[in-house]
Amino acid sequence: MTTELTRPVTSQPAPVSVEWHHEHILDLDDFSVAEIETVLSLADRMREVLDRRIARVPALRGYTIVNLFFEASTRTRASFELAGKVLGADVLSVTASTSSVTKGESLIDTVRTLRAMRTDAIVMRHSMSGAPYLAAEHTDASIINAGDGSHAHPTQALLDLYTMRSRVGDLRGKRVVMVGDIAHSRVARSDMWGLAAMGADVVVCGPPTLLPRGLRPGDRPAHAESAMPPVTVETDIDRALEGADVVMALRLQSERQDNGLLPSLHEYSQLYQVTQERLKRAKPNHLLMHPGPKNEGVEIASTVASGRNSIIEEQVTNGVAVRMALLYLLSGRTEAPGGEARS
Amino acid sequence: MSTLAIHNGRVIDPALGRDGIADVVIVDGRIARVGPDEGSMVVEAERIDATGLIVAPGFIDLHTHLREPGFEHKETIATGTLAAARGGYTTVCAMPNTQPPLDSRAAVESVLREAENSAIVRVLPIGTITRGRAGKELSPAGELVASGVVALSDDGDAVADPSLMRHALEYSTRFGLPIAQHCEDPSLVAGGHMHEGWVATRLGLRGRPASAEETFVARDIALAELAGAHLHICHVSTAGSVALIAAARARGARVTAEVTPHHLTLTHEEVAFAEDFKSARYITNAKVNPPLREETDLLALGIALRDGVIDCIATDHAPHSVGDKEIEFDLASPGLTMLETSFGLCMKLVHDGTLSLPTLIERLTIGPARAWGLDARPGLEGIGTLAPGALGDVVLLDPNAAWTVDPSTFASKGHNTPLGGRELRGRVVATIFGGRLVHETDRVVAL
Repeated sequence: MTTELTRPVTSQPAPVSVEWHHEHILDLDDFSVAEIETVLSLADRMREVLDRRIARVPALRGYTIVNLFFEASTRTRASFELAGKVLGADVLSVTASTSSVTKGESLIDTVRTLRAMRTDAIVMRHSMSGAPYLAAEHTDASIINAGDGSHAHPTQALLDLYTMRSRVGDLRGKRVVMVGDIAHSRVARSDMWGLAAMGADVVVCGPPTLLPRGLRPGDRPAHAESAMPPVTVETDIDRALEGADVVMALRLQSERQDNGLLPSLHEYSQLYQVTQERLKRAKPNHLLMHPGPKNEGVEIASTVASGRNSIIEEQVTNGVAVRMALLYLLSGRTEAPGGEARS
Repeated sequence: MSTLAIHNGRVIDPALGRDGIADVVIVDGRIARVGPDEGSMVVEAERIDATGLIVAPGFIDLHTHLREPGFEHKETIATGTLAAARGGYTTVCAMPNTQPPLDSRAAVESVLREAENSAIVRVLPIGTITRGRAGKELSPAGELVASGVVALSDDGDAVADPSLMRHALEYSTRFGLPIAQHCEDPSLVAGGHMHEGWVATRLGLRGRPASAEETFVARDIALAELAGAHLHICHVSTAGSVALIAAARARGARVTAEVTPHHLTLTHEEVAFAEDFKSARYITNAKVNPPLREETDLLALGIALRDGVIDCIATDHAPHSVGDKEIEFDLASPGLTMLETSFGLCMKLVHDGTLSLPTLIERLTIGPARAWGLDARPGLEGIGTLAPGALGDVVLLDPNAAWTVDPSTFASKGHNTPLGGRELRGRVVATIFGGRLVHETDRVVAL
């Protein structure tokens, strides 16, 4: 379908100014508002490409992306793989076992080896916080953090922002409530940075054993006030949900019970499950989100997950568009991604 | 007969309460005379002009990891003691977490033999509290004492079993030997890699809470009082521990304590922020156990050191290879190399008014000597002082000289410090061990 391939993009004007200073995408803590806007507006154009009957453009032809996953993942890996393929990049997925690669030298070796093969971007997931930072210090390939330990998941946060923005517009003053295992959630950490930058009022809610230290005002010295995004901490879900514009339930892992952080999953669901009844406290037109994979019946009621306020599937689709935008920005290419390139 | 005369320095000898311009004369490796113009009375001598410099007893480190035997890629007795000399240290107590660990006469004697051959300064070995440092059964303390250990410690790990710790303390009273405990409850720090607080939260790292140290400090003080034993708390790092130690000492408990230069001066922010808060990093060279804490802890530690609640400064010099640190943060080895930056870093407390210079020198010399009774050991009489007849261990210091830390110039094999590129004010100009110059900079002027 060459007409598809060569159709110029006319519906979306090119961004007037592209703010972008990143060689790697490690977390959102060093993203300016302008840079987030750049990603979101480019994601709009990518979403348009993705929705074409034949979603394939040559914008990243000759660009090589390796998905380097040290931890199991279906959705994030598939999302990156599709994002690369839609843009015509060569995408290779490597499942590295952490047992064979337990030493950092090996991690450094691995990324250097991939770079020596002329890999342009490495999408990396790792069970240890900070691992992508180590990789980024030792290669000039672009490192994209696809989730590191309990630390960050910046592409998830950007797709969350994109999805919220597409539904409610300006996020300033919007009450966004995240419920669940905040302490171990890389999604929550990255979302806090992104949402704070966009001016949302962020509320995190969970049992005291799953709330990390340092989030409350007074947990840090005055000089470090700006070193964490401003959030409100709640342990009572009903108080947290009051007047919410967006509610995000986070996955609860059953091992939290084994580690003595929770009495039982049953008690957790009694106290913290996002239910239809509890959501009556939120705004009637609230958005219901979940980064997936869900444990229906634990952190979220099935009726809620598939209810009319749920935009969980939309998050998944937008994820591909946002990752297309990020890969494109990292590639440093400047021609319009949806069109002009000739095949 | 060899004579060394150090002329016209400001001699600070806290043990004798001396602070003034004087000459120090060392004859045949021992202090002969200290006083104004004493140097000019000596006819034939090697002479050093110490005008404008501080002259003090050589520093004593109760907590050094020399890594030999077993980890010679990290450090050897030769490189570690050379680093000590550069840092002004003339005596280092070697921690026993080597391979094999120092839990037998044979192991201790092999270290002493190697020290005899290759050490630049004095090495005093520490034995393990438990066999193999496994925390299961007591090491043969009698055998270890006979081979020359000055304390027992499983440092790196705490003796976790409370009954075993009680027995170790009780048994030690037979020898009057300090039990030096690394206070961190292994259950509370499991999986943790830095101080539990807002920086760990930002980095998504599991923390080691201050309470993990404090619960063990409290427990071990109670056990030491029960046993009537001498408990030494290694590397105190929290304000809460300071309060517990102060209360125990006020009751008359035989509890001594040390603090490291890094716990006195660096916070957990070192782990994440090289410059500003904008973007975080994972700086494995700032990973250490116990972890770097918070500003309030630093303040409490400085005051406790000033007031003598904490007896001394110990480096916990913990050299590691590049491969041990250029690795995922969770996998990186804890510890930082400290001998060569210790004085410069500690001088921050003098420059900011927390400590007087004589107090700092006290905590680096006679403070540690008395904490472990080293000055009462045969052969070490007068250690940590410049009293006539004492060991000729002397350090020349320039408390105001600014210098920039460059790990690539370290004598230590370990370049693992977060201080690289940082300016410190306070420099070791020369180190004299047993009357011989073992370290000198171009600031030393022979007369």
